[in-house]
Amino acid sequence: MIEIDRRRFLSGAGAAMGAAALPLRAAADSVQLPFANGERQVLAFPQKRPLLVLTPRPPQLETPFAVFDDGVYTPNDAFFVRWHLANIPQEVDATAHRIAVTGEVNTPLSLSLDDLGKMPAVEIAAVNQCSGNGRGLSSPRVPGGQWNNGAMGNALWTGVRLRDVLDRAGLKASAKQVQFDGLDGPSLPATPDFRKSLDVDVARRDDVIVAYAMNGAPLPVLNGYPVRLIVPGWYSTYWVKMLSAITVLDHVDDNFWMKSAYRIPDTPDNSVVPGSTGFATIPINRMRVRSFITSLADGATIKPGRTELRGIAFDGGSGIKKVEISADGGASWHDTALERDYGKYSFRRWKGELIAPSGTVTLAVRATANDGATQPVAQGWNPSGYLRNAIETYKVTVG
Amino acid sequence: MMKRTLIVLVCAATLGASALAAAAPAPPKGKATISLPGDAGMAFKPGPGAGPTMANCLTCHSSAYVSTQPVLSKAQWTAEVAKMKNVYGAPIPDDQVPAIVDYLTTNYGKP
Repeated sequence: MIEIDRRRFLSGAGAAMGAAALPLRAAADSVQLPFANGERQVLAFPQKRPLLVLTPRPPQLETPFAVFDDGVYTPNDAFFVRWHLANIPQEVDATAHRIAVTGEVNTPLSLSLDDLGKMPAVEIAAVNQCSGNGRGLSSPRVPGGQWNNGAMGNALWTGVRLRDVLDRAGLKASAKQVQFDGLDGPSLPATPDFRKSLDVDVARRDDVIVAYAMNGAPLPVLNGYPVRLIVPGWYSTYWVKMLSAITVLDHVDDNFWMKSAYRIPDTPDNSVVPGSTGFATIPINRMRVRSFITSLADGATIKPGRTELRGIAFDGGSGIKKVEISADGGASWHDTALERDYGKYSFRRWKGELIAPSGTVTLAVRATANDGATQPVAQGWNPSGYLRNAIETYKVTVG
Repeated sequence: MMKRTLIVLVCAATLGASALAAAAPAPPKGKATISLPGDAGMAFKPGPGAGPTMANCLTCHSSAYVSTQPVLSKAQWTAEVAKMKNVYGAPIPDDQVPAIVDYLTTNYGKP
């Protein structure tokens, strides 16, 4: 029985899982992202195809944007990577792994992956997007991880409901937040360990899951093998990787990563005038609606006549109502056809057709979500470069 | 002469039934092992102050954490070094802070 599981594990995980460490393969090229200091090496990290290296240690890897044109799900080997702290286990034993459930619970638990396998399994398609996706495009620029728009991906996640885990432990009436910790840690003892927390009512949503599979295969180590938290509709800072501890708190978490980091201005659109100080902040939470063209890049050249346009859209969980495209920089808009609906948290692919004479055109794309939210022309500013969702434009040469 | 650019609606293909995968995958078993590339050959630029910069900053992260930043001012680099010291607990001796800030401003910033 163990042998069978082992084979399934290896075949499902692709070439690298469990095998000896793969040497780093250098790709021939680097790419230039559309902002200053935007040169990125393109390297294949373990279990990954060549990706854009924002930083090698801790690893922060960006998905080349053309990947998003290949299908609704982002392949595991192309999925972006973002770690905060460099002390990352390079060997993880799923069989020995345990998730400790402690704190304000009636029955503390130590759950194995086998234990999770005996609980009801659920699947959900959901976009995982870094809070700072597109930070490099902030104007004025801000310090931080300088991503273009490739710090996101969409996958089909399989696991168990966090609620089922919490119910098994039994929440005490004093439970206020649920804190999550993973196996990664800081290089220095003085550096705050990375922990994130959700209010109990968010943690108990029926679509927040503890996921042990991604697109039908085990998670790559760099995406959190063997198990990570999935919080559909919320930025990925909460999607704790290599999940090893669930601690139910009787207070609002005041650890650094909740109290000081990943905060957005508590203003009507969560933006402030650049240079502002002294404003109140709240923890970042639900994602904003966004859309992209995936079938061509800014600066592309196309032939005159008919050109199929394809792209993606997503929001924080109301689902996509419509996607419009413009060929005059946003002066006039035209509906596109939405493709198959994989669920309200998934990428939604869309398709349209452009008929353009020779010259130049500025394409733009704008999504509207079922909750009525749409994308602004001008991006609001915040000191951390979070929440980017302005209408994206693409200058295209026809000829 | 006004050029005409049109966008026309393309009808979606017939929506497929939202069929689930044949069988949900089981939780994984066994070890997964990787070998990370460290700094992948990236390094700080040489120059005055590179020594204390490397000695302190490389404890926790590669030089790319600096080289990929926008062109920051001396005030911004001062704030970044202070954050590393005060928030992330980097044991940077006070007497090395000016040299590090000057090095970062000279090599990765603006006056």
